[in-house]
Amino acid sequence: MPSLERIVVVGASLAGLNAVEALRSAGFDGTLTLVGEEQQLPYDRPPLSKQVLAGDRDADFTALRKPDRYDELALDLRLGTVATALDPATRELTIEGGETLPYDGLIIATGASPRSLPDTPDLAGIHTLRTLDDSLALREAFDAGPRVAVVGAGFIGAEVAATARGRGLDVTVLEALPVPLERAIGAEMGMVAASLHTDNGVDLRLDAGVEGFAGTTRVEGVRLAGGETVAADVVVVGAGVAPNTAWLDGSGIALGNGIVCDATCATSLPGVYAAGDVASWHNPQFDEQMRVEHWTNAVEQGRAAALNLLAGTGQATPFSSVPYFWSDQYGTKIQFVGHARSDDEVRVAHGAVGDGQFVALYGRAGRLVAALGFNWARLVMGYRAMIADGTGWQAALDHAAQTQ
Amino acid sequence: MKIVVDFDKCDSNALCVAAAPKLFEVKDDNFLYILDETPGEDQKAALEEAVRNCPTGAISIEA
Repeated sequence: MPSLERIVVVGASLAGLNAVEALRSAGFDGTLTLVGEEQQLPYDRPPLSKQVLAGDRDADFTALRKPDRYDELALDLRLGTVATALDPATRELTIEGGETLPYDGLIIATGASPRSLPDTPDLAGIHTLRTLDDSLALREAFDAGPRVAVVGAGFIGAEVAATARGRGLDVTVLEALPVPLERAIGAEMGMVAASLHTDNGVDLRLDAGVEGFAGTTRVEGVRLAGGETVAADVVVVGAGVAPNTAWLDGSGIALGNGIVCDATCATSLPGVYAAGDVASWHNPQFDEQMRVEHWTNAVEQGRAAALNLLAGTGQATPFSSVPYFWSDQYGTKIQFVGHARSDDEVRVAHGAVGDGQFVALYGRAGRLVAALGFNWARLVMGYRAMIADGTGWQAALDHAAQTQ
Repeated sequence: MKIVVDFDKCDSNALCVAAAPKLFEVKDDNFLYILDETPGEDQKAALEEAVRNCPTGAISIEA
């Protein structure tokens, strides 16, 4: 193992930023290069579907750090720079234009990109939402007062729908599955989340597979599998994201739903770690290979990968994590900790679903594995610690009965 | 070491409470309360984790 004099971090969003900060705060004083595809300094994505899209905040609100922070970190900062290839034999990263960046250690945090629907025609008015530019473009499209169709009732789709309703727009949400968010929070709670849409005036269509789009130059509607066309001036496709790994073809790195890592976030290549949306790692907390697309995971895993790179093989610490995400929709704060499966036992342990304030617990194989809260932050975060500690299912229910 | 919270940004996600339960509390009114504005060095790591994990970047540390 060569000594670490040059570290390159590819991906200048949340995970990459936390990686370089962790490297510097742990005392790494060698050359540190941060490569980012976008022109902007690292920015925060959660506001893109909420405050920025609503028009309540401007682009500068999303800056993750003040500009002078990057001087402080003494970075070789390469913005607007696309990584195109990785050669593990020479330990070099190639960037667009052909320049090569040698590394002793490399952290890959290239994130993910929106999936598009198959055979999507090139029509104006069809949007995805991932970047700041995407958000600003959609915000401008909303200014004209369009009828909006959202394809996919996942978190991005749901937040876009909520923000569009907040702007007074007519919104139809088209979800291909019978229950939204089932994979994330289970069927029962998925239907509770669905009711937020219908309670707020959204035309929610479940089991609504999209077959195509109407329109010649601009989109005019979304054609459903049953033959119906839902009229729309703006369509937002929220069909999930795919990890950005195409540039690694030929590098020999192990891929499979992202970059395959061990429990320490080490990839199959020496000196190369991965973090954030692009990384699939073995999470000891659930003894499962996972790829987590949440904000908090990017922070925690970016840091973990960096510290493990510095520690070196043999000294690295497994990254054990209880995933956490939040979503703000129609004034409801949804928070989820843990890892649900569709066959978990689900119990509303605090409050009542009908009151719009409750916490539901998820149990599996005698253990507490997840908790979902609507408007109850104080209680939800306590369960994150209990899940991490391996709290039993009955013990969790007993705890809930004694806590209000 | 002094904790500064920008309450205009704070969204009461309570991640700071998870990171530093001795320093922060979110009560049932869904507002954040600082329990100890000038914590000792023993809370430094927990406070730094709270700063990192705050989804709205609302927490900072004054020397």
